[in-house]
Amino acid sequence: MTRKDPFFWVAVSCGMLIFAFILLPLVELVTAPSVAMLKQTLHDKTVLRAIWLSVYTAGAAAVISFLIGTPLAFVLARTRFPGKKLVESIIDLPIVIPHPVVGIAILGVAGKNHWLGKIMADLSIRLMGSVSGIIVVLTFVGMPFYINSVKNGFEAISPRLENVARSLGASMSGAFFRITFPLAWRSILVGMIMCAARAISEFGAVIIISYHPMTAPVLIYERFEGYGLEYSQPVAVWLVLVCLTLFLALRILAPSAPGNRT
Amino acid sequence: MIQIRNLTVDLGEFHLNNLSLTIHDHDFFVLMGPTGAGKTVLLDAIAGLVPVSGGSIVISGRDMTTSPPEKRGVGIMYQDYALFPHMTVSQNIRFGLRYHKIKPQRAATDFQNLTTELGIAGLLKRYPDTLSGGERQRVALARALIVAPQVILLDEPLSALDPGFREEIRLLLKRLHTHSAVTFLMVTHDFAEALALATRAAVIHNGQIQQTGQGMDIFHKPASRFVADFVGMKNIFPATFSGSSAVIENLKMVLAAPVSCPTGHIAIRPEDIMLSPAPTGLDDPDGTDGPDSAATGQNAFQGQITAIIDHGFIYELHVQAGEVVFKSHMSKAAMVDRALSTGKKTMVSFSPAAVHVF
Repeated sequence: MTRKDPFFWVAVSCGMLIFAFILLPLVELVTAPSVAMLKQTLHDKTVLRAIWLSVYTAGAAAVISFLIGTPLAFVLARTRFPGKKLVESIIDLPIVIPHPVVGIAILGVAGKNHWLGKIMADLSIRLMGSVSGIIVVLTFVGMPFYINSVKNGFEAISPRLENVARSLGASMSGAFFRITFPLAWRSILVGMIMCAARAISEFGAVIIISYHPMTAPVLIYERFEGYGLEYSQPVAVWLVLVCLTLFLALRILAPSAPGNRT
Repeated sequence: MIQIRNLTVDLGEFHLNNLSLTIHDHDFFVLMGPTGAGKTVLLDAIAGLVPVSGGSIVISGRDMTTSPPEKRGVGIMYQDYALFPHMTVSQNIRFGLRYHKIKPQRAATDFQNLTTELGIAGLLKRYPDTLSGGERQRVALARALIVAPQVILLDEPLSALDPGFREEIRLLLKRLHTHSAVTFLMVTHDFAEALALATRAAVIHNGQIQQTGQGMDIFHKPASRFVADFVGMKNIFPATFSGSSAVIENLKMVLAAPVSCPTGHIAIRPEDIMLSPAPTGLDDPDGTDGPDSAATGQNAFQGQITAIIDHGFIYELHVQAGEVVFKSHMSKAAMVDRALSTGKKTMVSFSPAAVHVF
């Protein structure tokens, strides 16, 4: 594409438009509250608690996705079987379902009218209005992002490497842990970041399962409803800043394996 | 010994169809075939890397048909070498040691010897992406050989290398084979490689073995039209036989020995077909009669050059004699000497011994 090509200028204009579209509201949000306001918000225990709750429930969702999503992602990347497309579509379902519907659906299973809810009640596990409930919801909405990202990562690794490892005497798990896992580590981390990022932004499903304890998005919503834009903005700024810092740090710290340099 | 009986593998696009093959201990067995013939599938099946839907694979008397790859004692080296990119050369080579009961001292000596013999002792701390193709290949060989497999499978080991390197690696493979007790099974689509390395060879096509034997035997005595074509016998014609003569189209030719069956094929290598200037004064415009073949003991026909194809070092000449087009190879120098060109009349001749019947 040359600069004289009209299409080049169309692409540039569209790019600028998108940048403005994304950045303008965010910049406005971050610059609206005064520094004093921001400082004051930091002393608000409720705010700190809500942000911390958001961060660690999202982190928990990412860890759970890592533990139970990785084997599935590996199987999806390495095998072909009838109905694979269906399995993949089911995994993507949480992405397309409206968020409150997710909350309602989970409530339906967790309630006392459902056998699973009864078992959980017997084990005194409560999802309604609890941290466990928040983690379940966040895992539900974040898992597809993890699995898809990690599946792509596994697919990018030649199965021949595993084959050679097997022929040299490694068992299937030996080949996975010594070859595939170290090579896929970056995409696993990216998958966890994607999952956590999606989880931390969840509002619609969380508010149905658990208004209290309050995650940051719920708190921001409550402040907005109760006190108006001015009071919700500082909390939002802190949430955005914390998330940005965390995700940036993870991206930078992500080890790049030798031979896997990109 | 590897005994493969009626092996069937169906991977959709690639398949093996009731394939049987025996490879003896310490053979350097070369399996040849065109791309897509099922060569790599057969290797993967022997290594236990693809599901087998029928038949059996017995290695050293043990039925390995359903054994997992790590129990087979079969090493594999792929065309792209498949070195572990996150490990150094040294870590790559030592990868398999922990799974084999090799005494640490013995392992250290083997490591030393192998890396020295393969000329990679200076590369041990490097990562694969900093190595040349030839170096990667040596590392892959060392990695496979250090665990002392019974069989090593080589998937097109030479085709990804620069031509200059090929000769070197070919010699190296031959040396490694001679100096070790390992059975080598190599697949290639290059017939010349096979001739240079194989103690025994086979041709595979459409998931089935077409012919097995010594490389030179396959080269000189192909058993089917496909093999004849694969080994470069460009002149393959259906023929009818009577005694020790054969007729293709309307040309009658002498054979070295009588043939019992009435119909079949004849094949002649292009380098066995001689072209000489047409005898002067021969007034025979359709060129089918020529001198009496039986009388001269040579098969000779008058023909006309219809095409000259440049193959780099050599030319391929198509000469039409009657209804038959013979293909002959000629060096560039010879072409210039004889001032041959398209449309020129010429004599086509070949000895009865050059005519292969099947």
